[in-house]
Amino acid sequence: MDVDLLDQFRSRILERKPLRLHGGGSKDFYGGPLVGDILDTRTHAGIVSYESTELVITARCGTPLAELESALATRRQCLACEPPHFGAATVGGAVAAGLAGPRRAAVGGMRDFVLGVKLMDGEGRVHRFGGEVMKNVAGFDVSRLIAGSLGTLGLILEVSLKVLPVPPGDASLRFEMPQDKALDALNRWSGQPLPLVASCWQDGVLTLRLCGAQAAVSAACAKLGGEAIGDVEALAFWHALREQGAEFFAGDAALWRLSVPSVASLLDLPGATLIEWGGAQRWLRGDLDPVRIRELATRVGGHATLFRGGDKVGGVFTPLQPALMEVHRRLKQSFDPYGVFNPGRMYPEL
Amino acid sequence: MTQREHSADAAQDFAGIDRAALIAELARCLPASGLLSAEEDLKPYECDGLSAYRQVPIAVALPETEEQVVAAIKACRAAGAPIVARGAGTGLSAGALPHPQGVVLSLAKMRKILHVDPVARVAVVQPGVRNLAISEAAAPLGLYYAPDPSSQIACSIGGNVAENSGGVHCLKYGLTVHNVLRVRAVTVAGDIVEFGNHALDAPGYDLLALAIGSEGMLAVVTEVTVKLVPKPELAQVIMASFDDIMKAGEAVAAVIAAGIIPAGLEMMDKPATAAVEPYVKAGYDLNAEAILLCESDGTAEEVAEEIGRMKAVLETSGATDLRVSQSEAERLRFWAGRKAAFPAAGRISPDYYCMDGTIPRKRLGEMLTAIHAMEKKYRLRCINVFHAGDGNLHPLILYDANVPGELERTEAFGAEILKLSVDLGGTITGEHGVGYEKINSMCDQFGSDELRMFHAIKRAFDPEGLLNPEKGIPTLHRCAEFGRMHVHGGNLKFPELERL
Repeated sequence: MDVDLLDQFRSRILERKPLRLHGGGSKDFYGGPLVGDILDTRTHAGIVSYESTELVITARCGTPLAELESALATRRQCLACEPPHFGAATVGGAVAAGLAGPRRAAVGGMRDFVLGVKLMDGEGRVHRFGGEVMKNVAGFDVSRLIAGSLGTLGLILEVSLKVLPVPPGDASLRFEMPQDKALDALNRWSGQPLPLVASCWQDGVLTLRLCGAQAAVSAACAKLGGEAIGDVEALAFWHALREQGAEFFAGDAALWRLSVPSVASLLDLPGATLIEWGGAQRWLRGDLDPVRIRELATRVGGHATLFRGGDKVGGVFTPLQPALMEVHRRLKQSFDPYGVFNPGRMYPEL
Repeated sequence: MTQREHSADAAQDFAGIDRAALIAELARCLPASGLLSAEEDLKPYECDGLSAYRQVPIAVALPETEEQVVAAIKACRAAGAPIVARGAGTGLSAGALPHPQGVVLSLAKMRKILHVDPVARVAVVQPGVRNLAISEAAAPLGLYYAPDPSSQIACSIGGNVAENSGGVHCLKYGLTVHNVLRVRAVTVAGDIVEFGNHALDAPGYDLLALAIGSEGMLAVVTEVTVKLVPKPELAQVIMASFDDIMKAGEAVAAVIAAGIIPAGLEMMDKPATAAVEPYVKAGYDLNAEAILLCESDGTAEEVAEEIGRMKAVLETSGATDLRVSQSEAERLRFWAGRKAAFPAAGRISPDYYCMDGTIPRKRLGEMLTAIHAMEKKYRLRCINVFHAGDGNLHPLILYDANVPGELERTEAFGAEILKLSVDLGGTITGEHGVGYEKINSMCDQFGSDELRMFHAIKRAFDPEGLLNPEKGIPTLHRCAEFGRMHVHGGNLKFPELERL
């Protein structure tokens, strides 16, 4: 541990002025307003340990996500939840944002892969929660609480993540299908023992990714039919989806993310639509009425986030029920009593 | 009403509760059959699956509806009385041990499966529903609930949520936290809240992750939505024998290094197979120093491919014998021995004490060597079963509670294993929870800053500290005492508790 560096972090925190935790800055667009002086985490970088046969890697917050993934690739392992890089993402930023890529529905999100964190709280104290083992129920599961907390609870110093082998078989298929048929098919297929790991529907075309044992992938391709996509084209397609480099995501129109039950039927909303995660993640473009979109998403059992662009005055995330917001306020108060970390990045109250 | 917030430093004093008034108030909000307060009726609730710790509560409330849960919680809160939620009572860490001034809130009567949706692949169930009952209800749809703790025939889903239960298949399919989408719960203030939802994520902090494994200390679960997954077409298990337990450990690492995540990967040492074989007749190789059970599931093609790769790795790693299950009956027989390890220990010894540490797998050799030394030091036998894939070790210490001093030696033996688990980079509990049993060992794993933060998190949900107090997280005072006990040694722990 670089004691001097941690002392520098601590002395900044002890000034009790708002700090904007900043890794690669790749997700500055995400969440509420950016408030406070930058605390750059990239000085605290590097892989601390990587035990491929224990399926765990531990890295400091400022480690580039790309560096971590390169290390995993040397042992044919990966971060299965595929957090986006959006440029120069760091490991700490990826955990704090808690975003996941195309394989989310099949393998789990960032919170499912976090095994432990080392965290500096709002009074400069260093805590270790969780650890480097798969099963650990000692104390509350703070590590997973930190995933997706947008840096509002503390400065992540180190994280330990579960890693998985790269599946040996990998194939992608394409089908022409209207949206309602695609949603039906995805839910039906997801209930069968098929190695279906990712899906994307847009403009009448459904693309599937199958990963697993070679034999299982071949058998599934034969069973499902569709048009096979070449390996190079398929990899580029899924990469563009993960990184939002696809055409759908281009331009300045507001980007809404609806997280809903996969079985939710067609949502009666205007604008271009792209569907992932077997129907559980739906992207919409355009200046939609935030009240209406949130009401629709909530009614079907999900929530809506103004992911990128648009007018953030109405809030970015779906508001919480009062009893839950009270718990959030108390948690924030416990970790960060002086409101130092990313104030307002998630909700104005936090 | 007690409005004073509980602190991290010292235990609360719940003396001065008007028992008669509390029982009368509970009687008003529960059906006649839903409240127990006579001594003989309370006796069955004095312990959970860890019977070494016993305590009779003031009363046991058995609500049948969420409204009754709310009313019972409000009554307890008004009286300032502790509330200990209880599922099926199969827990192994005395997490449901009653509080002497408190009420046990049993969710056992809330056992309806409310909804099974084959298209959305979810089941919505009440907390008292048994783990296995969910898979049984989903089976006609070709689906099942993946986490399968050994007690799955009896344990309830509410208890699984409280403990973040695992099982023999969790390396591939995850723990409770990975398989629950939504928890509906009642807070100590009587508010109904929902953590998570039927989508894959929820706005705000991940309170679902915090609630799962919180051992009844944050809220009382009234409804759970679980994920159902497609039942694999086929499962086959390899039983591999090794003449050296270290070689078996290295074989586990080699399987993982080959890029395989088995559906189950379990190890048993020679004393463990010797204990279970006469009982279950699983066909274990009794000459082997260790056996591994390595399972593959999926489509027929997938299983054939994976079993082939696993066999090759195990052979290269020095397995002296390999047998692949040739039928579902044989597969279940191979597993039956592993799943019956605890009752088998009960057959060869009057009492046994199950430990639950997790260690990085590569430290297995050091741990087993140390356990052998401890067997001599404490003059007690220990058999070892091991969730080898994820490093979760279950040493079963065999003892006889009727022999003076054996329980105390057993506890000291167990505490030393847990301390070593922490020293080797692991944890004091992989899946059984801290409860009352391991509360002192928490002082080995966490420093005062982390413990203070845990108490602050508890306060965020439960400001007055009424939900399962004195469990899970030790006060700093207790850790200081525990430290002193180590110095003096030989003292009986928790003298206020009856011992059996």
